[in-house]
Amino acid sequence: MNAYYAGILQGSLLTVGVSLCALLVSIGLGLLGAAAKLSGRPVMVALATGYTTIIRGIPDLVVMLLVFYGGTIGINHLLEWSGSKATVDISPFLAGVLTIGFIYGAYMTETFRGAILSIPKGQTEAAWAFGMSRPQTFLRITMPQMVRYALPSFTNNWLVLIKATALVSLIGLKEMTYLAKQASAATRSPFEFFLFTAGLFLIYTTVSLYALRRLNARYSLGTKRGQL
Amino acid sequence: MKWHVIFEPQNLELYGTGILTTLGLLFSSLAVGGVLALIFALLLTGPWAPLRWLVGAYTYVIRGTPLLIQVYLIYYGLGQLEWIQARWDDVWPWTHFKEPFFCALLAFSLNTAGYTAEMLAGAIRETSAGEIEAAQSFGMSRFQVMLRVVLPSAMRRTLPAYSNEVVMMLQSTSLASAVPSMLDVTAAASRIYSDHYLPFEAYLAAAAIYLVASFCLIGAFKLGERHWLAYLAPRKH
Repeated sequence: MNAYYAGILQGSLLTVGVSLCALLVSIGLGLLGAAAKLSGRPVMVALATGYTTIIRGIPDLVVMLLVFYGGTIGINHLLEWSGSKATVDISPFLAGVLTIGFIYGAYMTETFRGAILSIPKGQTEAAWAFGMSRPQTFLRITMPQMVRYALPSFTNNWLVLIKATALVSLIGLKEMTYLAKQASAATRSPFEFFLFTAGLFLIYTTVSLYALRRLNARYSLGTKRGQL
Repeated sequence: MKWHVIFEPQNLELYGTGILTTLGLLFSSLAVGGVLALIFALLLTGPWAPLRWLVGAYTYVIRGTPLLIQVYLIYYGLGQLEWIQARWDDVWPWTHFKEPFFCALLAFSLNTAGYTAEMLAGAIRETSAGEIEAAQSFGMSRFQVMLRVVLPSAMRRTLPAYSNEVVMMLQSTSLASAVPSMLDVTAAASRIYSDHYLPFEAYLAAAAIYLVASFCLIGAFKLGERHWLAYLAPRKH
């Protein structure tokens, strides 16, 4: 019995790993998406809008199954077509990280777009007037300020993302939900194991909420608030 | 790509059954969850501190754990409890715990109730003081103020956030496919995939169905907002 609990605890590290890797992917895609949406070039705007609209209209699970089962076959067809004899298996970890990152990249796009729009235009214009290049302006002026505007919605996305990693168990990644299901099948006591896993998820979300609140306070230093 | 397989009659029928299950699950869990959410929201904003605390803890746990685990807990977990085992053969309502549809419905309802209750409670708290004072000065009781002034206004103001929740719930119903013997749209796609080994076609068709359903729901809510939130819309003339 105890061995199963230890196994689930260990699997929870994999959950954290998938979440953090997927978060990195989604932040990258989110920044790209936001840049595309704000670029004003019709093709880029249409591409980014299509991405965010379609991804947010399809269940995470369906996207994941599509990437995991469809992606493997697609890549192998491509390899076969190019004359190579090699076959590729997408690992559940990679499929999970890529799909969750891809899905939440769409949500992050909206988060970052809103945050960038909240920064007064004078800030970037002043930076340009100082002769800063576009990357410099982004790194020195836009990014430090957009953190504050993006954090509330970023926090929401992150909490939903952690919970979405439970879905990766359905494509066979041995993270804690998967292990809990195995343990319940072996011991015939599903209630304890699922409750334990739920508790671990609750700890992760609580810790994240606390940490992000602290970060929010740090980035809101010196912000004037209206008094009612 | 072999799209013709998707359009074979028996596969179309599979998707049709899946759509019925998905929509059935969605609307019944929204109905049950909506009633629960209303009660929870009233308790969250009510005068009894222990109940406020209890419902707050409930929504915190529901919102902090994955829906998949909640489905597993109800579908696999509850069946383990001897208390339920002793009853689920003959005592109503426990007999329902043997039905996958009921278990999925219960999990989804409890889940959406947690999220919706917090939204509605937020809207109730944000009701402008003037509206409440005006109602009180007409001599309305606490109950009357709630029923006639606060709730109609708060429920309208929740509408935009609630439309997001409904679309999220539509997508969440795909988790029903994790419960064996439930045939929703995702499960239908999985069956076609395993029968014909056509993952792209099967899951893309499912994705298209969900996309169309999401757009219909969003459109319906837009119409609803135009009707019920007209008084908050910016002036056009």
